[in-house]
Amino acid sequence: MIPVAFEYYRPKDMAGVLSLLEEHGDDARVMAGGHSLIPMMKLRMADVSHLIDLQDVDGMSEIEIDNDAIRIGAMVTQADIIDHPELAKVAPILREAALQIADPQVRYMGTVGGNVANGDPGNDMPGLMQCLDANFTVIGPDDEREIPARDFYEAAYMTAREDEEVLTAVTIPRPAGGYAYEKQKRKIGDYATAAAAVQIVKDGDKCASASIAMTNLSDTPIYSEAAGAALVGTSVDDAALTAAVAAMWGDIDPTEDNRGPVAFKNHVAGIILRRAIERAWSRA
Amino acid sequence: MSKKMHIKLKVNGKDEEFLAEPRELLIYTLRERLNITGPHIGCETSHCGACTVTINGKSVKSCTMFAAQADGAEVTTIEGIGGPDNLHPLQEAFREHHGLQCGYCTPGMITRASKLLEENPNPTEEEIRFGMAGNICRCTGYQNIVKSIQAAATEMNAAKEAAE
Repeated sequence: MIPVAFEYYRPKDMAGVLSLLEEHGDDARVMAGGHSLIPMMKLRMADVSHLIDLQDVDGMSEIEIDNDAIRIGAMVTQADIIDHPELAKVAPILREAALQIADPQVRYMGTVGGNVANGDPGNDMPGLMQCLDANFTVIGPDDEREIPARDFYEAAYMTAREDEEVLTAVTIPRPAGGYAYEKQKRKIGDYATAAAAVQIVKDGDKCASASIAMTNLSDTPIYSEAAGAALVGTSVDDAALTAAVAAMWGDIDPTEDNRGPVAFKNHVAGIILRRAIERAWSRA
Repeated sequence: MSKKMHIKLKVNGKDEEFLAEPRELLIYTLRERLNITGPHIGCETSHCGACTVTINGKSVKSCTMFAAQADGAEVTTIEGIGGPDNLHPLQEAFREHHGLQCGYCTPGMITRASKLLEENPNPTEEEIRFGMAGNICRCTGYQNIVKSIQAAATEMNAAKEAAE
């Protein structure tokens, strides 16, 4: 499997990246780890005439943690997330999710930025970032702007990032309470049949707040505000779990594919969300 | 036809320099250009791990990297790990414990396992299975691969202790 011929660039700084993007418009694509883009190019599902490799651009490989927020550079890999002890303490859901992405070889190469920017509904980080209410930093020829993860995804592979912009970082408010990332997949390396990201804050024995997002159950990740709201004020008992699952079903829109028919996907989504809430609650 | 690129690699300690189209995947560079045929082409879709090599200290599926991306990198293949006259403890252990049948996945398995043991010299069975999850074997059922890696770890740790 050989991709169609293309020109390859490895600029040394962001100015170089942006000027290439301006010159070549939507014929150009930036590449971080390449583990989503290269397979698409090999299958000739992505047509890229000008490939811009970001590996020599400094300043996108850091994980910075302060009192309010966590900033993760776009070139931070899944392996970097897994191997960062402080991050595992401050936002353990990131590590729990990263460990369920692909396999060791792919996690050495696959990046957070690529995962969130690609817009593939199967990627795990977009839903996770919606659960955590992250902001994505994108830089363009004129300015830099922040786009909330919950507003970023428009359709499969369609996002709020413009063609001449580059996603450079993800910023997450420090998460509070219990967490879980639960994923059902057919085999290692597969995308989710259904996955759920949950953060829950407990006050006494009641749920004070809950954030829930689902992966690969629509053509975008789904932040289900209603599912979170169904838990707030309850003791997260069986009735609350049932209500949260029903609310989530109202928000997702799965389609039939080789992972199963719609009824099966809804069923799996319900089981996965229930497990994720129970585990997050037990950790809250 | 796109412009050819001037690419330099250090493969198994040897400097290599050549001109290649940007779309040349590293696995083809290794196998067809440099005649280093240890890394195999299995699925060619980033799933099976038969093409695994070590690039700047990371296990990478060389079917999913362009040679141009690896420009300037150090690459280690199974040939750089050990050969018929100087078997690596992992190779010895795979032979001893029947960690292979057809052998097609073995170069990728051992290359990945060598990196795993570097990161975690004393892995549990679970850690081995998790750390080897990017390599598929259709023959063994994995049991003997796990056994082989455990045996190699024991052997390598004993050798290290004896050297100290």
